[in-house]
Amino acid sequence: MNTQEPIYKTDALIAENIEQYLETHQHKTMLRFITCGSVDDGKSTLIGRLLYDSKMIFEDQLATLEADSKRSGTQGEEIDFALLVDGLAAEREQGITIDVAYRFFTTEKRKFIVADTPGHEQYTRNMVTGASTADLAVILIDARKGILTQTRRHSYLVKLLGIRHVVLAVNKMDLVDYSQEVFDKIVADYTAFAAEIGIEEFTPIPISGFKGDNITGPSGNTPWYDGVSLLPHLEEVEVEDSREQAGPFRMQVQWVNRPNLDFRGFAGLIASGQVRPGDEIRVLPSGKTSKIARIVSLEGDRDLAVAGESVTLTLTDEIDCSRGQVITAAQAPLEVADQFESTLVWMDEHELLPGRAYWLKIGTQTVSATVQAPKYEVNVNTQEHLASKTLDLNAIGVANITLDREIPFAPYAENRDLGGFILIDKITNHTVAAGMINFALRRAQNIHWQATDIGREHHAHMKHQKPAVVWLTGLSGSGKSTIANIVEKKLARMNRHTFLLDGDNVRHGLNKDLGFTEADRVENIRRVGEVAKLMTDAGLIVITAFISPFRSERDMVRSMMQPGEFVEVFVDTPLEVAEGRDVKGLYAKARSGQLKNFTGIDSPYEHPEAPELRIDTTEMTPEEAADLIIARLIP
Amino acid sequence: MDSKTLTHLQRLEAESIHILREVVAEAENPVMLYSVGKDSAVMLHLAKKAFYPAPPPFPLLHVDTTWKFRDMYALRDKAAKDAGMELLVYQNPEAKERGINPFDHGGLHTDMWKTEGLKQALDKYGFDVAFGGARRDEEKARAKERVFSFRSANHRWDPKNQRPELWRLYNARKAKGESVRVFPISNWTELDIWQYIHLEGIEIVPLYFSEPRPTVVRDGLILMVDDDRFPLNGEEPVMRSVRFRTLGCYPLTGAVESEAKTLPEVIQEMLLTTTSERQGRAIDHDQAASMEKKKQEGYF
Repeated sequence: MNTQEPIYKTDALIAENIEQYLETHQHKTMLRFITCGSVDDGKSTLIGRLLYDSKMIFEDQLATLEADSKRSGTQGEEIDFALLVDGLAAEREQGITIDVAYRFFTTEKRKFIVADTPGHEQYTRNMVTGASTADLAVILIDARKGILTQTRRHSYLVKLLGIRHVVLAVNKMDLVDYSQEVFDKIVADYTAFAAEIGIEEFTPIPISGFKGDNITGPSGNTPWYDGVSLLPHLEEVEVEDSREQAGPFRMQVQWVNRPNLDFRGFAGLIASGQVRPGDEIRVLPSGKTSKIARIVSLEGDRDLAVAGESVTLTLTDEIDCSRGQVITAAQAPLEVADQFESTLVWMDEHELLPGRAYWLKIGTQTVSATVQAPKYEVNVNTQEHLASKTLDLNAIGVANITLDREIPFAPYAENRDLGGFILIDKITNHTVAAGMINFALRRAQNIHWQATDIGREHHAHMKHQKPAVVWLTGLSGSGKSTIANIVEKKLARMNRHTFLLDGDNVRHGLNKDLGFTEADRVENIRRVGEVAKLMTDAGLIVITAFISPFRSERDMVRSMMQPGEFVEVFVDTPLEVAEGRDVKGLYAKARSGQLKNFTGIDSPYEHPEAPELRIDTTEMTPEEAADLIIARLIP
Repeated sequence: MDSKTLTHLQRLEAESIHILREVVAEAENPVMLYSVGKDSAVMLHLAKKAFYPAPPPFPLLHVDTTWKFRDMYALRDKAAKDAGMELLVYQNPEAKERGINPFDHGGLHTDMWKTEGLKQALDKYGFDVAFGGARRDEEKARAKERVFSFRSANHRWDPKNQRPELWRLYNARKAKGESVRVFPISNWTELDIWQYIHLEGIEIVPLYFSEPRPTVVRDGLILMVDDDRFPLNGEEPVMRSVRFRTLGCYPLTGAVESEAKTLPEVIQEMLLTTTSERQGRAIDHDQAASMEKKKQEGYF
């Protein structure tokens, strides 16, 4: 084996002058990179090689490695570096998610953090996670195979996540006799492809991770290659400091530090630019202006802080500023908007439900957001646009997003901290998607809210009543419609102005374009909620009877109404009882498979957690139930 | 405009401070687990920086086994006082009553004092987030550990239910009863820790530096006779110039013979040593092998 002695050993300096060694190492920079490729491309071997050559492997580990290599390695008597980092088979057996592993090594000039992710299509979300923090990507190609579908996929994801430095590592050169022709052909092919997807620059290097060619220094086996070797390139490539600091100052306020009445500091990590005491700033979205008074630190006040640093700032004026707001340079404020076009990477087993409200976390702010049906999904292998109504696990698509309030932002392509977000399911709390803001939509600004002279109070006053929405939810056949009907009749006798929205009836008109998939059910309830809201504005008491099986949508409708106007009534009938009644014969159809997505059979019903009223229909008659509801409405 | 180049330690520091602040902003009742070792020392120092001029707005929790080195107890109390933080010490009452000790009870010692003790302490005070000083470079099993690691209401770690962590965004939302272990120094290596201690002048337990100490050799490990609870079976403690690379319960922690009396000398020895950090720790072979299992049971 042509293993050179690891050249990054610095034992001599360490032994002779440790103080000088420490001094040198305190000035190292840091580079985060991701390796893209599958085990077959020699990815694990390459990472193992980098750890070995930079002396991150100790003797005891090496002894274990040698023993393992002989027992189960694939390289005969030679050391199988892949065994150092491969835990995937074992992980699969243990049922652990195949995931992003972070590895570390260091040289004289830099500390490196490697995000090691599996390369197959079903692990797209893992690669996206690893790529989100990377400054550089090493795209591995097997010299024998050239550019494959997965190369296209990896390159697309690298571009999507905004990684600026790309290394094309043409690996296994030893297996193509170090042929310049092979290398040149691959580089030419990749150049054409890179231009197609917008990768402007990349550094091609012919290597052998296994043999060590062009890893730490020029290899005698590729005399025709006069470019840089991999490790020196990783050490020399420009880090992000100058680019990050070149933009205007922006800091998302993370925490307000108030130890006493005399001190009010704003803590956060600077997302871009530089800041000095005396600088004029503006707080967004409020727009208030002030000046930086101090940059406070444990070691004393500082006169400069830059992008990437966590700092505490004080201002010269007492202005409102809290977590989630952004402090920016006064002369270059950020855009503020509540509707965006964004690119989403779906990360959850449960598909995207357009219209459902999710939490959206961007920087230090969490807001409520709804996603519209995707404009298109992207085929990650070919980058073709496909029509799609939703996004499944690992799918990537472009969709519009509407927030419940305006936020300061920058397009993701400009700044990761100000344009990258995650979506969180409101019930399970899972992180379901990663998103990148492309641009703001102007729609909200163009459609102004028309203020009407006759307001909702006036409508209600004329009817001598307090508007309300009585929301009956429960299984099919639980008795919702029966109860709703009695409630309306009783209210009519009391001269109340009411309107009954019934599930079946609405589906004949307003919602006749909707089916019974989860996504359609969400949209069904959203529309009913909007209609009910308009009716309460008109002063009506609205009674609705919908299965409305999902907690999220019921909560969404609740949030549309004025406080206290939404009365959730859980019509609680056990499935056996409802199925026993089967007035419309639907349960029989669902059981025989003629009817899909039927609530209670093959689609879930999520019980209300804290309904205003719970009606147990096995214990009271519909008449009694109606009286209970009316007692709640008209005390 | 001139740009200032941040060093790797500055980047790591900024990331850790960001994580500490994010927890304080989103958690209801956070706590910092403090084990008095070098990693804890760095984590505490970062917390002081993150919240200055306020003291860190959470208490320190030491899950005690009663078998730590005396020097550790001394520094523990001093460090908490210097930081202006409340120090909570928890000792599992059942382990105390049964007199569980490392000499007679083997694995049960770690299990009851540490694993059970930690769960009991978190439940007792109702902490929803606990900071820990674990690092990803410690072993293979930790390399894919999240910064925010979620635990069910009974403290179990569900490997299939961990959340993706993108950019600098951490999803800290959880249901009632669930808790989170947060590791702010995940991306630091052992060398980073030592360099930072050196650069920032952080106080660490003197046991990390070499000094003549009373020792006996058992099963190839040099053990320090730190107090008279150490049962000597006719052995005569010998003064040896030793130091410790990791710190735990004194009857379980092997010393190395060394002349390194200053921090640079310790770093020098570490860099020139050819065996990995955990090699010198008695119970760790057992622990490392079953780290996944321990984690699922609620061990940190």
